[in-house]
Amino acid sequence: MSARFLPLLATCAIFVAAYALAWMQYPNILSTRVIGNLLTDNAYLGIAAVGMTIVILSGGIDLSIGSVIAFSGVFIAVMLRDTGLHPLAVFALLLVLTTAFGLCMGALIHALEMPAFIVTLAGMFMARGLAYVLSIDSVPIDHPFFDALSSSYYLLPGKGRFTLIAGVMLLVVLAGSLLIHRTPFGTRVLAIGGDARTAGLLGVPVGRTIVAVYGISGFCAGLAGIVFAIYTSAGYSLATVGTELDAIAAVVIGGTLLSGGSGTVPGTLVGVLIMGLIQTYIVFDGTLSSWWTRIVIGALLFAFIVLQKGLLRIAEGGARG
Amino acid sequence: MTRLIEARGLTKLFPGTRALDGVDFDLERGEVHALLGENGAGKSTLIKCLTGAYRRDGGTVALDGAAIDPRTTADAQRLGIGTVYQEVNLLPNLTVAENLMLGRQPVRGGMIRGRAQSRAARDVLSAYGLSIDVTRPLAAYSVAVQQIVAIARAVALSGKVLILDEPTASLDAREVAGLFRIIRDLKDRGLAVVFISHFLDQVYAIADRVTVLRNGRNAGGGRTADLDRLALVQMMLGHELHAVEGTRARPVAPDAPVAAAFNGFGKRGAVELFSLTVRRGEAVGLAGLLGSGRTETAETIFGITPHDSGTAQAAGRPASLRNPREAIRAGFGFCPEDRKTDGIVGELTVRENILLALQAGRGWSRPVARAEQGRIAADYIRRLDIRTPSAEKPVGQLSGGNQQKVILARWLLMNPDFLILDEPTRGIDVGAHAEIIRVIEELCAQGMSLLVISSELEELSTYAHRVIVLRDRAQVAELVGEDVAAERIVQAIAATPAPAPGHATAGAA
Repeated sequence: MSARFLPLLATCAIFVAAYALAWMQYPNILSTRVIGNLLTDNAYLGIAAVGMTIVILSGGIDLSIGSVIAFSGVFIAVMLRDTGLHPLAVFALLLVLTTAFGLCMGALIHALEMPAFIVTLAGMFMARGLAYVLSIDSVPIDHPFFDALSSSYYLLPGKGRFTLIAGVMLLVVLAGSLLIHRTPFGTRVLAIGGDARTAGLLGVPVGRTIVAVYGISGFCAGLAGIVFAIYTSAGYSLATVGTELDAIAAVVIGGTLLSGGSGTVPGTLVGVLIMGLIQTYIVFDGTLSSWWTRIVIGALLFAFIVLQKGLLRIAEGGARG
Repeated sequence: MTRLIEARGLTKLFPGTRALDGVDFDLERGEVHALLGENGAGKSTLIKCLTGAYRRDGGTVALDGAAIDPRTTADAQRLGIGTVYQEVNLLPNLTVAENLMLGRQPVRGGMIRGRAQSRAARDVLSAYGLSIDVTRPLAAYSVAVQQIVAIARAVALSGKVLILDEPTASLDAREVAGLFRIIRDLKDRGLAVVFISHFLDQVYAIADRVTVLRNGRNAGGGRTADLDRLALVQMMLGHELHAVEGTRARPVAPDAPVAAAFNGFGKRGAVELFSLTVRRGEAVGLAGLLGSGRTETAETIFGITPHDSGTAQAAGRPASLRNPREAIRAGFGFCPEDRKTDGIVGELTVRENILLALQAGRGWSRPVARAEQGRIAADYIRRLDIRTPSAEKPVGQLSGGNQQKVILARWLLMNPDFLILDEPTRGIDVGAHAEIIRVIEELCAQGMSLLVISSELEELSTYAHRVIVLRDRAQVAELVGEDVAAERIVQAIAATPAPAPGHATAGAA
């Protein structure tokens, strides 16, 4: 097995080991109910993290997604309250908006040669501000079709619920995996993440690819916003603050190099699940403060950064020998 | 049959300089053509004009008799001209197969056919006698293998002309031999190969013809078989070895105290071990072609690339030179070759640049008083005749010669016993040359010891008491007294080396 998949393997091993430990303490944790909830509770984060993975693989970063998710929720709630549009039409409109938002940020990053950090930071403030403009208060969503969406699930043996939004998340992970690991576009993204100048010399259309990458991230953030709205049945402009950082953490724990060019989309799913598992464990325990989630995630992140540095050393040493 | 490439009167202007000035260049099918010249001779500019990385400002280029004007490297590739640069320009994070097939992957239904891609990559590489796991990341392989992959990609994409820019710089002798085998194969297949190298042995081993550039102009060329080394070196360094004006420096008394001495000093892979003694008031010249190890020698002495064997003495006492701080403490100073990147800080003022090393030596807790700074700066501006309207002008706005003097002032302020100057007169105008030389002579008269690296051999022979000649990273000659003359230096550089094991050359390969 090449060094390329080592981080992914490490992530999977950590997930399995952590789950086994939790299972020894609380056998109930290995039930379809808990697994179904794990997927459902983290569906929006998983979708957003797929977009983030693609951005990070290209050597960039997208700080706007938490705000875009909040904007999406408020947008959906306000549109359903104030217009007679069908939710599907609102979803389509929203996805067009957030994708265009991502494309614009990508175009700015490429055309002005500005750091993605600054451009998407501005995007983060703008999206959050737009959400406030639409509504400062939490807006409940009350629509029969919406209720149908949020209560549709497939009953697993053992009374676990495999919800619609969990299914959407897994589909997005699958689509993202195919896009990155099986298409010429994915190779271009990895090439740019490795070294944008060299990629250009090798004939990769750098500008077009970068703009597309941020468009995809905008689309994923919009979709995550829809899923979050279905999950909470409300739109609130103060929701999902800092979700972009959770997504980045999931991407890195999932074995993707923060500097770009190396990593996997399935790894990000495992990263999201590890973070979800820690939270679930804390709920099971009942005595631990929820802040332990943050502490454990921080330690994991640190461990992964060290692991990646070590792997990089090994790879470089191998090239010299 | 027409020539494959025929370039006439190529001209490329950069602000302030003519990087190429009416250069002609021919390339035949099935030949290996070496392009030679010192730094700044225009080799890479010529290559970049041919490959579309630069647009030429004048002249014509014909490929197969038809005029071409590539605007991008992709353009040139489509026309059949492929380039492999010194630092391998591939993506180490992608697999070998992905690197080879990027942009032309076999695709079905929008998805890459992974197996077909690997098979195609293996087929391409097998033509080069390379059988490796193409699904591993490129970074897993040695530079030599990466280079072959880069060549395979360039040939597969272009197929008429292959330009190799210093391909042997980081290869060992065995790898160079392997590379030459591949080059000969490609030549037999009718490809024209342009080969850029500083190693004359390699040029004689592989090239059919040579073109030499100097200062952006054609300086000669011809069939390799008809050219001897001396002629070639003279073309590279300049024909006009006119009589040296001015007085030759008198030798320093042999009993003068030793300022710096090195014994069996060196670093594996950078410089062969050498021994050198520099006496007080002596200026030692370091000559050799580009890539002969001149700068590496200086950087080893100054601790930038720390030595791994040998001992050093400064002013009679053993000195530790593991990093520049220790070298400075030992009384050494170093003005690097590329002053724009290694020397000056362009945004800071003349005063701040002059004070930089002194302040660094004192540490942040003992700042030099502002008034004192002004006095020091004014003093050196006067002594070195730095032409600046004020000490508060950003150094980046001064001319090259004055920038050089600012760096010199910075080190003189440290009052070093032993100062290394790497190409002190490169890229500055003629008038400033004379002033820098005057300063060098004055410093020697005041008892400072200098090690001066220079390609300006006539200049070097006016102020140097001794000249050390380097070739292939090793000292090959030491010239003293009457022998310190440009012609003798050129002869020493061009002398055919005795076959010696351990030298990274492929002359015997």
